Amino acid sequence: MTATCIVCEADVTIPQDCCEGELLICPDCGTELEVVSLEPLTVEEAPQVQEDWGE
Amino acid sequence: MATLRILFTRLRAEEKLLKEAAERLGIPCELQNVSDSVFGGAPFCSADDVVLSRCVSHNQNEAVARMLETQGVRVVNSSRVMELCGNKLSTSAALEEAGLPQPRYLVAFTPEAALAAVEELGYPAVCKPVSGSWGRLLAKLNDRESAEAVFEHKSMLGAIHNTFYIQEFVDKGNFDVRAFVVDGEPLCAIARTSGHWITNTARGGSASNKEVDGELASLLRSVHAAIGGEFLAVDLFKSGGRWLVNEVNDGGEFRNSIAPTGKDIPGAVVEAAWSRRG
Repeated sequence: MTATCIVCEADVTIPQDCCEGELLICPDCGTELEVVSLEPLTVEEAPQVQEDWGE
Repeated sequence: MATLRILFTRLRAEEKLLKEAAERLGIPCELQNVSDSVFGGAPFCSADDVVLSRCVSHNQNEAVARMLETQGVRVVNSSRVMELCGNKLSTSAALEEAGLPQPRYLVAFTPEAALAAVEELGYPAVCKPVSGSWGRLLAKLNDRESAEAVFEHKSMLGAIHNTFYIQEFVDKGNFDVRAFVVDGEPLCAIARTSGHWITNTARGGSASNKEVDGELASLLRSVHAAIGGEFLAVDLFKSGGRWLVNEVNDGGEFRNSIAPTGKDIPGAVVEAAWSRRG
């Protein structure tokens, strides 16, 4: 299964056990993508790190 | 059927490792993205469930835990532990009240007072955001000029940055220690080595196994007694022959610590969480 990078339109392979919320890196342009839906398969640019993110 | 619910908003390797560990151990488990969830209305889950709250935003994670606790849900770690760990001032105060060793620190609320504080501690010193992680926005203050610049910039960054937390700079060599405490007992530790003074693995520090000896284990148990929680990731360094507790994390990341230590960290965490069910 593949998604289309929303930045450069490259094919991005989706792992078989992929979950909503999972992050993928576009192999062509390096954009960090977030899988926001599996049905239908939808990816968006992952949100930028926020000030209170972390451990 | 009682279920271990792993809540997340950004699915990191840790959450997947926790889910895999639960499946391996036969613990009924669901990964649940709560980015768009609403809390406070209908019961979020069964009263028998246990929630392992792993939202990447500290503020959201603590709020989610607090809301679920009002519905009687057992949340690991508790919102109280998140509150203590998510604010360095609160962490330091809890450690100080427990008489535990930590770097000297001072707190001020204006750039002028912050400058007085850093002059009292001496240069170099470190200015840290009270709420932050991954080594983000740490500033080493080498002299008065750099301190003035950092404090002026921080004063423009919003209310939270007008709490100036300033810590003595401790010469820790080229490494510090990240130790994992599960259910109050030290599980394992890594040494984080870097040529940079910030040694977080999130910032490129490399990890190797660090034996937890009796002295370190005793200190870690005391940290747990002061903070609480089923799962803590404690950062320490050694200075002048004694351990100092630098930070305590409630939502520790551990992907880089499993291989060097050989310990099943996610397995220990899900077992500890699951043991909290009613």
